[in-house]
Amino acid sequence: MNLPGKGIATGMVQTAKNFLGSYVSKERMVTVQYPEERDKAHEAARSFPFLVFDQDPEAGLRCVACKICEKECPPQCIYIVMQRDENGKPTKQPETFDIDVSVCMSCQICVEVCPFEAIKMDTEYEHSEFDRFDGLLRGKDRLAKSNDYYHSIHPTEAAEVDERLDKERKAKEAADKAKAAKLAALANKAANAEKIAKDAAAAKGKGE
Amino acid sequence: MIMDAPFLIAASLTLLSAIAAISLRNLVHCALCLALTFIGLATLYLQLGAQFVGLTQIVVNVGAVAIVIVFAILLTRSGDSSDEPRFNKGAVWGFLIGGGVFGALGAAINASSISLKAAAVEPSLTVKQIGQELMGRYVLPLEAIGLLLTAALIGAVIVAMRETPREGGRK
Amino acid sequence: MEKLDQIFVTLKALVLGLVPEPFQLPVSILLSIVPIMLVFPGMFALTTVAERKLLGRIQNRLGPNRVGPFGFLQWAADGLKTITKEDIVPRNADKVVHFLAPVILLVSALLAYSVIPFGRNMHAIEIDAGILFFFAVGAGTELAVFMAGWSSRNKYALLGAMRAIAQMISYELPLLLAALAVVMAVGSLNPVDIVAAQDGGRGWGGVVPNWFVFTPWGFVGFVLFLIAAAAESNRSPFDLPEAESEIIAGYFVEYSGMKFATFFLAEYLGLFVICGMGVTLFLGGWHAPFPWFWCDWIPSWAWFLSKLVSIVLLYIWMRGTLPRLRIDQLMNFAWKFMLPMGLINLVVVGVWKYTRPWDYFGAEAVRWLVCVALLAVPYFLLGRNLMSHRKWGPRTYRYAE
Repeated sequence: MNLPGKGIATGMVQTAKNFLGSYVSKERMVTVQYPEERDKAHEAARSFPFLVFDQDPEAGLRCVACKICEKECPPQCIYIVMQRDENGKPTKQPETFDIDVSVCMSCQICVEVCPFEAIKMDTEYEHSEFDRFDGLLRGKDRLAKSNDYYHSIHPTEAAEVDERLDKERKAKEAADKAKAAKLAALANKAANAEKIAKDAAAAKGKGE
Repeated sequence: MIMDAPFLIAASLTLLSAIAAISLRNLVHCALCLALTFIGLATLYLQLGAQFVGLTQIVVNVGAVAIVIVFAILLTRSGDSSDEPRFNKGAVWGFLIGGGVFGALGAAINASSISLKAAAVEPSLTVKQIGQELMGRYVLPLEAIGLLLTAALIGAVIVAMRETPREGGRK
Repeated sequence: MEKLDQIFVTLKALVLGLVPEPFQLPVSILLSIVPIMLVFPGMFALTTVAERKLLGRIQNRLGPNRVGPFGFLQWAADGLKTITKEDIVPRNADKVVHFLAPVILLVSALLAYSVIPFGRNMHAIEIDAGILFFFAVGAGTELAVFMAGWSSRNKYALLGAMRAIAQMISYELPLLLAALAVVMAVGSLNPVDIVAAQDGGRGWGGVVPNWFVFTPWGFVGFVLFLIAAAAESNRSPFDLPEAESEIIAGYFVEYSGMKFATFFLAEYLGLFVICGMGVTLFLGGWHAPFPWFWCDWIPSWAWFLSKLVSIVLLYIWMRGTLPRLRIDQLMNFAWKFMLPMGLINLVVVGVWKYTRPWDYFGAEAVRWLVCVALLAVPYFLLGRNLMSHRKWGPRTYRYAE
């Protein structure tokens, strides 16, 4: 029956239930008391890039300073200088890798274009610094984080990446082995041919 | 009672705010001073012991009449100060005539028998007595005033309604 | 427990006895006023925190819980913030009126406390026309609202002030009518007499108190009074004039710092005093509900305070539940529902008093039946009238010629 005032009464009962229930059941309260508790970020969250290294922060860094991410970055916040050894020959390591926090817009394009799975997105969001200009420029030392860390924040993605890298490495090894075997076979054949020619020359000389 | 402090304060408040209500430049200030005048009158009533009249004066005059005046100012947006002189050329005649009426009334009251009576002990007039008088002796004027007010109310509603003719499906 | 009940009265008499003769009147006045000015702003402070925490719990979140134990010193943080804020007055504003508006609002709200009996023999002044004084002082509130809205020279403030005044005037009538029902039943405008008329109880051993809320007209009057009081003090669901999401703060949008705090304070003080009047008129004032022995151990002012606090909690509950009413819905409700109900309530009080001398068997039941029927039928009819949605016709377009 369409009692006037029934809606208000139902509403009041519902809020009373909410109120009393909030003391009784903990999962009703959605408040996260921020500095003491933090919500775990979702797996697909992204906030700022970081560089992945495999075992050693210097030698194991996957980045080869190919500069593709620097070219593709829309706000152009990446600055890379390739490391050169004493002769001026480029080693496959970046000497400087700077990203500006205040410019980066977390678009993930650098991650998508990197052919070496070297740069990935971090989920850390507390980026406040005291220095407004230099403090917001992150260098290679701050950006390099281990593969285990990558596994901890994006487990599925990291597993996929590892699988892919493994496959690539195995394929490369197999290709290398095949090539080496082929070379060895060729070298054997060459060595054999040389021996036969030497033998023939020796026999000829002896026959005179 | 005539010349002691509460009466002097209330009377001067009433007079000053009444003068301010007619002579201030800003219309809203005038309306607020009018409300202050009503409050001064109410305190005078209260000092005479008429609680009901004094408090009803505040409820009706300050709470309703002053608000109506204020609404009129709000809705017609004439609160901006005008640059005309406040007293026009007929002001002198106005003052003279007003003073004359005041003098005549004062003389009449003085000469009447009210001031000759000794300050008798006023019977405390309770609200109950007022109610009984209204419902007993003065019931006909009360009903007539009620009818008059109802007519005024209906007239106001009709005037307000007619200003916005509505067409279309909406009521 | 007479001593605890009259403790404040005896304290005042003691202090007055120590004071020499010529100073007795001012000191007596001070002693009556200062406790009111300390207790009720203190209650305001606690109510702001309690409201935020209770609303939070209703909305499945915690309220403020950082300052002090469980956040109960939040009022101190808020107070310090408002005091130290810069007081900005718009350049075009009417400075005198802008300054006086919060002052007048606060003064009206505080003046109304003087006629409410907080306990046995604990009222500041006893006026024979106390209820009328209370409503007279409430008229100052409307004037202050207008002053605030006008002096800011801001069209939103003006709009908010107009709506606020319209709302206050519309709801003042049902408020007065509800109070008038009680005055009719008691026969006196004096709040002390009204409280005294609600003494005792009836039923088996006095288990049903004699409060007016337990009579048919009293119940309807109480509900009308509560709703009208919420509208008078601009409280949700009637807070359109000052809603943050509608008109940013309505008529006090140009006020900052201490003046804003004064408006806030005056609004809550007005709420408390109207609730106090509601308690006096309908809930038996400072009377205990039952005549049992332990009820006398709790002093009368404690009963009054607990009733007041429970009504304020009811208001907080209503705020957390009901959505805001639009201005036309508000006005419709006031004029088309509450005013007729208020008038019918008056008629029912008359019927109630007229049928009191009946004492044949079953007279009580007949009385109750008649009065309840006289109230319930208009309630349903008026309610359904309000709930019937306006007939929206097909949309018509008017193009420029």
